[in-house]
Amino acid sequence: MSGENSLRMGPDERGRFGHFGGRFVAETLMPLILELDEAYKAAKADPAFKEEFDYLLKHYVGRPSPLYYAERMTEHLGGAKIYFKRDELNHTGSHKINNCIGQILLAKRMGKPRIIAETGAGQHGVATATVCARFGFPCTIYMGAKDVERQAPNVFRMKLLGAEIIPVTAGQGTLKDSMNEALRDWVTNVDDTYYLIGTAAGPHPYPEMVRDFQSIIGQETKEQMQEAEGRLPDMLIAAVGGGSNAIGLFHPFLDDRDVRIVGVEAGGKGLDTDEHCASLTAGSPGVLHGNRTYLLQNYDGQIDEGASISAGLDYPGIGPEHSFLKDSGRVEYVPINDEEALAAFQLLTRLEGIIPALEPSHALAEVVKRAPTMDKDQIIVMNLCGRGDKDVFTAAKHLGVDLNSD
Amino acid sequence: MTQRMDARFAALKAENRPAFVTFVMAGDPDLETAQQIVDGLPGAGADVIEIGMPFSDPMADGPAIQAAGQRALEAGQDMVKTLTLVKNFRKKDDATPIVLMGYYNPIYIYGVDKFIKDALDAGVDGFIIVDLPPEEDEEFCLPAIAKGLNFIRLAAPTTDDARLPTVLSNTSGFVYYVSMTGVTGSALSNPTDIADQVTRIKNHTDLPVCVGFGIKTADDAKRIGADADGVVVGSALVQAVEKSLENGKATANTARAVHELVADIAKGVRAARS
Repeated sequence: MSGENSLRMGPDERGRFGHFGGRFVAETLMPLILELDEAYKAAKADPAFKEEFDYLLKHYVGRPSPLYYAERMTEHLGGAKIYFKRDELNHTGSHKINNCIGQILLAKRMGKPRIIAETGAGQHGVATATVCARFGFPCTIYMGAKDVERQAPNVFRMKLLGAEIIPVTAGQGTLKDSMNEALRDWVTNVDDTYYLIGTAAGPHPYPEMVRDFQSIIGQETKEQMQEAEGRLPDMLIAAVGGGSNAIGLFHPFLDDRDVRIVGVEAGGKGLDTDEHCASLTAGSPGVLHGNRTYLLQNYDGQIDEGASISAGLDYPGIGPEHSFLKDSGRVEYVPINDEEALAAFQLLTRLEGIIPALEPSHALAEVVKRAPTMDKDQIIVMNLCGRGDKDVFTAAKHLGVDLNSD
Repeated sequence: MTQRMDARFAALKAENRPAFVTFVMAGDPDLETAQQIVDGLPGAGADVIEIGMPFSDPMADGPAIQAAGQRALEAGQDMVKTLTLVKNFRKKDDATPIVLMGYYNPIYIYGVDKFIKDALDAGVDGFIIVDLPPEEDEEFCLPAIAKGLNFIRLAAPTTDDARLPTVLSNTSGFVYYVSMTGVTGSALSNPTDIADQVTRIKNHTDLPVCVGFGIKTADDAKRIGADADGVVVGSALVQAVEKSLENGKATANTARAVHELVADIAKGVRAARS
């Protein structure tokens, strides 16, 4: 299965997925990246590491997450059968915790107890603060000042969990600037600090490592689908910001060529405006945050700000493996705009009694478009990667509801 | 290979004094003022000029240089204008080496081969590209060296003896020792440690070793210059630009403020070994 023509072989020794990926970091960080690469290789080969990871995923995170047949949604759309991979039921409410468990175990193994992380919507920040509390490690979270404001509930959760939140005002004060600031922290505190990156991006080995830890999503889906339907699904759909939940679902299926795979980017207010985050559909290859990948940028190679109703998709880059999968044609990437995502958010809430996060609401909006065009014996699996508790304020604002007026 | 860098360091060695390497940001606070600043640097005492290529996401820089880059971008600076700045400087000065410093993406987007050609035509002598470690030499370092340009590598406190030969391969012009683990403009660490590190690197190479990150005053320059082949000052100079501004705009005093500070620090550099 993973033969010469496999799409699952990447990255190579240099951290490349085809032309993408790599290790574009300052010399001060390079020895740390190499050390991390060695440590991760050793951990992967150590059965005790996997055992502890599996144990925590089962008993602490609550895996496996269910694969749920959405009967009413299926009826409503009148086409393909729709299943949700319910990673929103994980401890902390999103898929982010899968990766955090893996990386905190690696940090422990490497003897680097001070944890730093960047966060956009706050889901990765909460998951990081959670595992730091569980392991008793000090935790510093960099978060764009703008995001601190629009994600107040998650900021409070992180503080409750004992994390220090540093609002980032440098640059434009969003996710990419938080990542810059976390890198500046790491370059300063090289001895005791572990940088726990939340998405499948950054310098090698992060894209590979985060993907491996998130691949549990796709592995479980494969098994659960066999159990439920006795076959593979016809289509996978997931939202992509940096792309960790999507690569986690997609990767185990990449060599199953009959399974169509669709990644959904944040189209913001539309691709004909400046306010979107569709790096793959509307960007071009460049080098940022340690890897070559598709980026939103201007003619001079300056990085543009993304914009989306969902803070979690608000990143002008994308994991390098997605860039590779786009160029290879294996995965189709499409944009969904704010309005469509918001409509899907409401639809799922009413039809299935599940309030999704705004990130997977983008994936759902694509399901809404695709399912009616497919046969009733076809199957779509969508990654429901986060729950929407954190987004009720944002949704209320966009729906014109004043929560304080009751 | 362009000759200016080697010639300059050879001359300084004959004088038994360290090089004064100054960093300013291209287009900060605007193109015209930046031209005045750069043009006046050799007269004020600079031996080598590093010109920053502004980038929206300068991951290795502290607040002072971040702000300088942002000012330049807001004033409309881009790679073409940065090369024009060098071209104009070269009309008046054909001896002072010019090093462009920055991040890879703007070069990648400009086009590597075209950028190397245009940089050579403009009179650039070398590059320091922060996010291109030896592991990515094929991207830009090797093509630049092939055309006779210097590729100056950063060596850091985290670069151990096992790694130094990797870092020093495909390096020319000089070696830039980063005095601390941190971003540009942080507090200077212990000068004795820095001297030891310079000695360590010199055991592996015949290239001059210049020290940067955290050197802000004539006194700092004097102490570091006693052992290093050169001292690099950047954040202090762009802060002088910042302080001279009124409502974010250049004043009659902007270029002069930078040149006065350069002249002052140059005294420290020249006294380093006397």
